[in-house]
Amino acid sequence: MLDQFGPPVLPPGLEPLRAEVRAFLADWGSAYPAEKRALSWMGFDAEFSRALGAKGWLGLSIPREYGGHDASPFERFVVNEELLAAGAPVTAHWIADRQSAPLLLRHGTEAQKQRYLPAICAGELYFCIGMSEPASGSDLASVRTKADRQADGAWVLNGRKVWTTNADRCQAMIALVRTDPASERHAGLSQILVDLTLPGVMIRPIKDLSGHEHFNEVTFDDVRVGADALIGVEGDGWAQTTSELAFERSGPERFLSAMTLFRCLVGAVGPEPDARQAVEIGRLAAWLIALRSMSISVTAQLVSGQDPVWAASCVKDLGTGYEQDTVEVAMRLIDSLPPGPQATTTRHVLAIVQSMAPSFSLRGGTREILRGILARGLGVR
Amino acid sequence: MRTLLQHSIERLLADAVTPDLLRAAEGGAWPTDLWAKIEELGLPLAAVPEDLGGAGASWTDIFVVIRACGAAAAPTPLPEAILANSLLAAAGLESPESGPIVFAAGLADAPLAAVPWGRHARWLALHDTQAGQIALHSLARARIVPDNNVAGEPRDTVTLAAGSLVAGAATSAATDAVMLGGAMLRSAQMAGALGRLTEISADYANERVQFGRPIGKFQAVQQQLAVLATQAAAAVSASEAAFLMATPCADLVTTASAKAVSGEAAGKGAGIAHAVFGAIGFTHEHSLHFLTRRLWAWRGEYGSDAFWADRLGRTLAARGGDGLWPLVTAALCGDQDR
Repeated sequence: MLDQFGPPVLPPGLEPLRAEVRAFLADWGSAYPAEKRALSWMGFDAEFSRALGAKGWLGLSIPREYGGHDASPFERFVVNEELLAAGAPVTAHWIADRQSAPLLLRHGTEAQKQRYLPAICAGELYFCIGMSEPASGSDLASVRTKADRQADGAWVLNGRKVWTTNADRCQAMIALVRTDPASERHAGLSQILVDLTLPGVMIRPIKDLSGHEHFNEVTFDDVRVGADALIGVEGDGWAQTTSELAFERSGPERFLSAMTLFRCLVGAVGPEPDARQAVEIGRLAAWLIALRSMSISVTAQLVSGQDPVWAASCVKDLGTGYEQDTVEVAMRLIDSLPPGPQATTTRHVLAIVQSMAPSFSLRGGTREILRGILARGLGVR
Repeated sequence: MRTLLQHSIERLLADAVTPDLLRAAEGGAWPTDLWAKIEELGLPLAAVPEDLGGAGASWTDIFVVIRACGAAAAPTPLPEAILANSLLAAAGLESPESGPIVFAAGLADAPLAAVPWGRHARWLALHDTQAGQIALHSLARARIVPDNNVAGEPRDTVTLAAGSLVAGAATSAATDAVMLGGAMLRSAQMAGALGRLTEISADYANERVQFGRPIGKFQAVQQQLAVLATQAAAAVSASEAAFLMATPCADLVTTASAKAVSGEAAGKGAGIAHAVFGAIGFTHEHSLHFLTRRLWAWRGEYGSDAFWADRLGRTLAARGGDGLWPLVTAALCGDQDR
């Protein structure tokens, strides 16, 4: 399985794009404080997402005919890692750009592609993912939310999704639901696109431990959607969901969530660190470079048409642990920082990132589930 | 080139490096046949440009050779020979036609500590950092004080004899070129050993039965194996990045990252492998220790993980918070000359 990590080669020609993104971010963010950057890809700003769309930096790998840019996954990688490293507020469009658009491109009908993709690429249409339910967390195959087909082909949804990030601020959800009432486990599941403004959709924000509201409970009470809301093939929902995992799990958002904290820490330590400080920040930098190499390597495999889902899971497991480790390092160093505004800012940012850190290894598949998948890939089961 | 190198080295080592050979090497024997085959394939000259008689392979190609040496625990200084010949070539010097060659940094008239395979080597590429010179020395009449690392690999103190100099030339190599090059080699060897550990540990977990089923059926064991695999993967990617950026001297940032990450991974990975194998893996008779003891040894050679983290941390701190991300992206950049 380690063969899935080939040479981490970034092709030549990407640096002008990187420079352009950096210049845009410098111009945009001169007054954007570290305490907001600390939210990383949980920061919401629709105006910013539209500005990225106008620059042509969303839907990069979507074909031009649907409003995209026919760019390579490497270009998308560079734009996204620059946005994340700067702590730019990308959450509005993040799921739509990363997951919903490629899913629609791969499994959607021509009408669905024409209807949704251009608005996603423009940074105007935002999606959330309806997977977890009150009784279905890690055991996703146990989902009970159901969609019953009506005589006219329409679907009627009943059930409840939870931990749905940004449901209160998105226009649409792609929900994993049971379309065959007699089915069990992985069979009989389908993906349905739900317009969240429809009657019968109730969205209730859930406060996280820090008091922020970014995830939600979404209840469907006889929500009626058209026959054209089905994405892909009825009953293939599980396979369709897992087919995008390599994209979901290997991206730079899996190791850059605590980047603002690391950046503040380096600044606050100052130019002449003591031995303990130097070893701690140097170790974080060493792993950051390694994780970025792994992520580039997985991207290269995706470009060459492979399906490196095992390697992607490696990146997510190590990367989320690395993000949490950044908090650990900051905790160990915080009282050693020379007093001043940089130390104060670092304290604030630490408090924010620390409060988010437990979720890093929960969202998108828990650490323990991922490790089970990794072990299976090694032939152990 | 890479695939060709990978196939030839892996086939050679799979046939030649048996537990008996490894035990004999630890007892002080030199694997004459193995080294002869390595020279037949021209592997010691892999990094030497073609106009100096070498194969002209890139470090990216050579990575697979060094990794394979680590995976097989190969008891020969092939990694050292490749780097030694590359140092000579960078100074415009010709490599000796045959005989094991290793490298060191220091002065020609002072004892050189921890020279790998010193007692078996015929040649030494010496980087005199004070004079800014690379020189080829004969070890034929050198005084050797033998010592070993924890894996039983020779790490000797070598004092050159008068008249040992064969040729010398000025070099533009950085003063720490040997330290960096050695760290780059060891990180790839650790990546190879960790990859092999992952394979044999997973296999063993499927074979060993306890409580009526293979121990790999237990989630506790599965989770540990997954950690071993991710650590191995990190070591592979980090060291491959260092080889990719070598120009031809090892690059500071990626090499520091590679040695720091591989070293930490070596500690965690060896620990997990021993946990999976249990008591049998702790015996001298079992082959596990050929890999795990090397991981412990290589972790400490040419700078421990903390040594390189410190180097990298100081480099980073000097650039400040705003310099962090540009440093990281410049570490692996497709647009710079290599």
